Amino acid sequence: MPPAPERPLTRNIRPGAPPLDLAGYERAGGYQAVRKALRDLSPHEVMQEVSDSTLRGRGGAGFPTGKKWSFVPQGAQAPPQKYLVVNADEMEPGTFKDRLLLEGDPHQMIEGVIVSAYAIGAQTAYIFLRGEYLLAAERLGRAAQEAQAHGYLGEHILGSSFSLTLHLHSSAGRYMCGEETALLTALEGRRALPRAKPPFPQVAGAWGRPSVVNNVETLCNVPHIINHGAAWFRGLARGRDGGTKIYGASGHVQRPGAWELPMGTPLRELLEEHAGGMRAGRALRALLPGGASTSFLTAEHLDVAMDFTSVEMAGSRLGTGTLIVADDQTCPVALLRNLEHFFAQESCGWCTPCRDGLPWTERLLEAIEDGEGEERDLEILAMHTRLLGPGKTFCAHAPGAMAPLESGLKLFRADFERHIRERHCPWKAAH
Amino acid sequence: MATIHVDGTAYPVDPGDHLLHACLSHGLDLPYFCWHPALGSVGACRQCAVTQFHDEHDTHGRLVMACMTAATDGTRISIADPQAVEFRASVIEWLMTNHPHDCPVCEEGGECHLQDMTLMSGHVYRRYRFRKRTHRNQYLGPFVKHEMNRCIACYRCVRFYREYAGGRDLDVFGAHNHVYFGRQADGVLESEFSGNLVEVCPTGVFTDKTLSAVYTRKWDLHSAPSVCVHCGLGCNTFPNARYGELRRVINRYHHELNGYFLCDRGRYGHAFVSQPSRIRGPLQAHGDGDRGNGNSDGSSDLRPIDRSHALEQLTAMLRERGAGGVLIGIGSPRASLEANFALRALVGPEHFSQGIADAEHRLLAAVLELLQRAPAPVATLREAEAADAALVLGENLPDTAPRLALALRQMVRHASFALAAHEQVPAWQDAAVRDLGRDTRSPLFIASPDATRLDDVATPLRAAPPDIVRLSLAVLHALDAAAPAVPDLPEDQQALAGRIAQALQRAQRPLIIAGTGAGSEALLRTAAAIAGALVRSGRAARMLLTVPECNSLGLALLGGAPLSAALAAAAAGASAGQAATLLVLENDLYRRADRASVDAALQGARHVVVLDHTLHATARRAQLVLPAATFAESSGTLINCEGRAQRFFQLLFPQDEVAASWRWLNEAACACDPTAARWDGLDQVIAALTAELPALSAVRAAAPGAQLRVDGSRIASAPHRESGRTAMYADRTVHEPPPPANADAPYTGSMEGYYGPMPAALYPFFWTPAWNSEQGLNKFQQEVGGPLRGGPAGAHVIQAGGESPGGAAPAVPAAVPAAMPAAFAPRAGAWLLIPQHRVFGSDELSARAPAVAERITAPTLGLNPEDAALLGVGDGDPVEIAIEEPPRPGPPHRLAAELRPALARGVAALSVGLPDQPWVSLPAWARLTRARA
Repeated sequence: MPPAPERPLTRNIRPGAPPLDLAGYERAGGYQAVRKALRDLSPHEVMQEVSDSTLRGRGGAGFPTGKKWSFVPQGAQAPPQKYLVVNADEMEPGTFKDRLLLEGDPHQMIEGVIVSAYAIGAQTAYIFLRGEYLLAAERLGRAAQEAQAHGYLGEHILGSSFSLTLHLHSSAGRYMCGEETALLTALEGRRALPRAKPPFPQVAGAWGRPSVVNNVETLCNVPHIINHGAAWFRGLARGRDGGTKIYGASGHVQRPGAWELPMGTPLRELLEEHAGGMRAGRALRALLPGGASTSFLTAEHLDVAMDFTSVEMAGSRLGTGTLIVADDQTCPVALLRNLEHFFAQESCGWCTPCRDGLPWTERLLEAIEDGEGEERDLEILAMHTRLLGPGKTFCAHAPGAMAPLESGLKLFRADFERHIRERHCPWKAAH
Repeated sequence: MATIHVDGTAYPVDPGDHLLHACLSHGLDLPYFCWHPALGSVGACRQCAVTQFHDEHDTHGRLVMACMTAATDGTRISIADPQAVEFRASVIEWLMTNHPHDCPVCEEGGECHLQDMTLMSGHVYRRYRFRKRTHRNQYLGPFVKHEMNRCIACYRCVRFYREYAGGRDLDVFGAHNHVYFGRQADGVLESEFSGNLVEVCPTGVFTDKTLSAVYTRKWDLHSAPSVCVHCGLGCNTFPNARYGELRRVINRYHHELNGYFLCDRGRYGHAFVSQPSRIRGPLQAHGDGDRGNGNSDGSSDLRPIDRSHALEQLTAMLRERGAGGVLIGIGSPRASLEANFALRALVGPEHFSQGIADAEHRLLAAVLELLQRAPAPVATLREAEAADAALVLGENLPDTAPRLALALRQMVRHASFALAAHEQVPAWQDAAVRDLGRDTRSPLFIASPDATRLDDVATPLRAAPPDIVRLSLAVLHALDAAAPAVPDLPEDQQALAGRIAQALQRAQRPLIIAGTGAGSEALLRTAAAIAGALVRSGRAARMLLTVPECNSLGLALLGGAPLSAALAAAAAGASAGQAATLLVLENDLYRRADRASVDAALQGARHVVVLDHTLHATARRAQLVLPAATFAESSGTLINCEGRAQRFFQLLFPQDEVAASWRWLNEAACACDPTAARWDGLDQVIAALTAELPALSAVRAAAPGAQLRVDGSRIASAPHRESGRTAMYADRTVHEPPPPANADAPYTGSMEGYYGPMPAALYPFFWTPAWNSEQGLNKFQQEVGGPLRGGPAGAHVIQAGGESPGGAAPAVPAAVPAAMPAAFAPRAGAWLLIPQHRVFGSDELSARAPAVAERITAPTLGLNPEDAALLGVGDGDPVEIAIEEPPRPGPPHRLAAELRPALARGVAALSVGLPDQPWVSLPAWARLTRARA
């Protein structure tokens, strides 16, 4: 057993270097969790360990992983076919943490898949991979072949009674596929629409069978929890939520990048130490803490701990934990227009408020940015932030789209009004 | 029962329903789009939002979608809460961002659910000031027009077309606010239920193309309750007319029958009423009635004569009866009960022929006998849909009884409802239930010689007709040991029979279906016997026996000989010096007997009189032709396959000589015999009919008579908003013409009169303030999707164990065929010809509607590809068909081969009933050869 690492997820990742092959991964202590789980632990014990670790889903919603697994029906009455589906459809703007794990240490995730599939009793697993992740697809494919050749995948893994078939599916590409029920529907070859719940995917997911959909980073944590125990995992964090987190930053910072840090690392540390602070001569205007669908935070929030609960108390969401940072020379209207263009385009078209409301907000922001805004446009934008909120639309897409807009309208009110009053964007050269 | 509180008022509800269902059923106005009573809830449009409160102390509440929220006991909601009101208005505002606001030129205008819901939601002024998206529209065939720019993306069209009706060629494409509902490429919509898109679509994306050509707003259309005349199911319809012209047919909700949907044959077949081939006045063969003056093809030059002259001629012909002449009346299964009865009364029961072929006559007699014996109750279409297992024997339902096929497509979903209930998912959660039940279907077995368009939801069993009989007898034996075992049944067939029997036994409500379309009396009897065995074993089993035409069963109840007897008598009469006068009622004999025997009868007859509305081969050979009314120009009764008498009411009051056949016949009868009773109205015909045939007394109850007054008034049969009524005939008169007198029904013919709660059979239309679209039906149902407040329309005529007036019911209990049929033995060089019905083409009248005619393809001879290879023919190659057994005079005919991979070997499927196709008695054995091109 290797010594317990402080940075378990990225310990094998060397920037610029190819990932470890199977032999290298094994030498680094890889596939020990598979051996341990299959040899020493019942599926229930694996599940219990993960529950005890307080691991929460790293896709953005932060749902406790062990609890999610516990909803899968087990026993003789349960459907024998169950699926584990890896949500590797990393399409959240500004987010590239899963890509780091997929490209940097593909065996780690495959090991996580094997142990997690064992825990929930799935004999088939799918990796639903973002279509553009070509390098990840290549590396995952190679790693899966190696794992298969060495008996970590396939029939009777390591001589146990557990078998697992792993499929890699590259997405045709819709943001909506990141929503777990739409992902399952797309995986089945159908139009990527979200589903009504109940039934929940754990009961009737892919092809109507019990299915668990977990994020890449979530699954990568599982082998380490099995190897080193729940208590160790909890101890890695600086706050209530256990483990480490891959944080990232993009935008107007000195050193954009991704870093594995203790869960609960303060925002300031992330921004100033790891991302190197704002570019020279620029000040922070605002940042989105966890991808495009989170609310803005500003300089006054820099001491917030980056864990699920603390960020929520600050009025936003941890989301994917990857910052999008905007400096004081960024036009907030243009920034929001760009975001809402994305969300409007990625609406699946199923429910009215999202399908027809988001394009309206985009058009309004476009008009304001182009100097064609009207006074009441701000009221209409505000109306959308209220009426496209949680519970009013079919899924969380539109509420996610409204998070930056709602906070942006409050934070940047003066900028909006100036656009409308002066009939042009102040950040653009006057015409 | 549970109680919910809506804006402070308590309402009793079924906790199994959702809140939208509960609110609408209590008459509350709550707007919606994506939900439809027959399609369930999917939560897409977000229009039915209400505020739900946690308890009586909660004043803030949260928005929920009423259609997606169960009406559990104690639920507190508000429709009037400002946040819900604002949200619902906003949904309309969003939908309108891309809607073209083209109501003035939109054919949905005036009956548009989107218009109604917009007003209901209170959105008025447009704030969206940007460009709207533009779609290209598609050509979808002769029935449905497409204007995608009006689309509000409620998804109803694809849910109906694909999920409900099983169509494949309409889908949703694209994403976000560019979603596109159409076909992959322009082309004819394939489903025979495509016309329902017109009613399912809440706005003007899908509109009625045939109405479009003669467009009129709904408020200018007169309407009358009617019954479809294009198959034997008796779906209820509303024909609509303006300026005395039939413009369209729409669905008329009947809870136990068609519900919300019609097939395209029923919706678009009506145009035969307005065709140039209509007979609009009396016609006389050129010359003074001498039959030698005809054309070389035997037809006469028919010329108009005036009414009194025509009646004089007819009277003179009838009087010859007294001078030793024989009068033979040939009735028709597409004529009303009253018309057939009037003919029967005129010629006497012994001279009345049903006017149908021997085989059909035998089959219908068997159907009637089985309905009277009733080993199991007869299923309504609704009960068919509610069955939890079904066995179809021989009948190709999508082509002979399409609406029943649609019902069976829903029937297979029962297993998924049970599965959903186990997961705490209510049946109305449509998307979730379909997801859960994707691999689970209630058993539906279809035993037929060829593929059917229902096979995708069924277990299809392919066999030649005799082997289907044997299989069904084996099922019967498996259910009832007293029934004979089937000898020499192959093991796989034996196992299959066991599987079917087991599935039927496991069901609570098994359904057995057979029909006359397959041409096998043995199958009809075995179907009834299987249903009977299931009833005896305690199942709530039902049987359903389909019949070919709209009044086939009414005709069978009147009794009478088959057509062959009448033809033989007419042909023989000439040589015996007793030339007969043939009175042919609404019947083209060439569609029902071979050309030679019809020719012989027409030539042998002294006089041939045809009463019909459409000029056809028989009418062309008549001496005298009288213009009969269609369903749209007369009132009368039709009896459908379940034995339900249903009244259709007159909509058009033509100025010419067109009149109900019974009126012509009664007038002639009175002219011949001054003592004969004169019938001034339909009620008197029915009184005479039920007096003579007491077993049919229930016909009276099919609908109230013409004397009915509600609040002292007749019923208004034009809508309250009929515009321009004083200007409509301004080219002829500046005065408002009086509405036509209607002796047959309690209607005023105008907007004056009573409109309110009334017996269901009488509603001339469903219309209520604020609900101008067909969705206004909600207000007329006991609960949405439930029975009409006025009760079910129609009356069951056949009493189980009763007697048929046409002949005494046999005393022996329902028996399976006396002789066990032998297994099918293919013959070298010869094939067993079986009928292949076509939804578009096999029905005589609808085939004359131009839009339907566009859908008719040329007749073919279906062959299994291996059989075709034996003959050396490929798809489309001509095949010469020489019928050997039963022997048939005349030259062989020639048809193009159609390769049918699912067709049983040794069998050839001959398309039947298509326009100008010669009649052939089927089944028959024929020698087939590859024809030289």
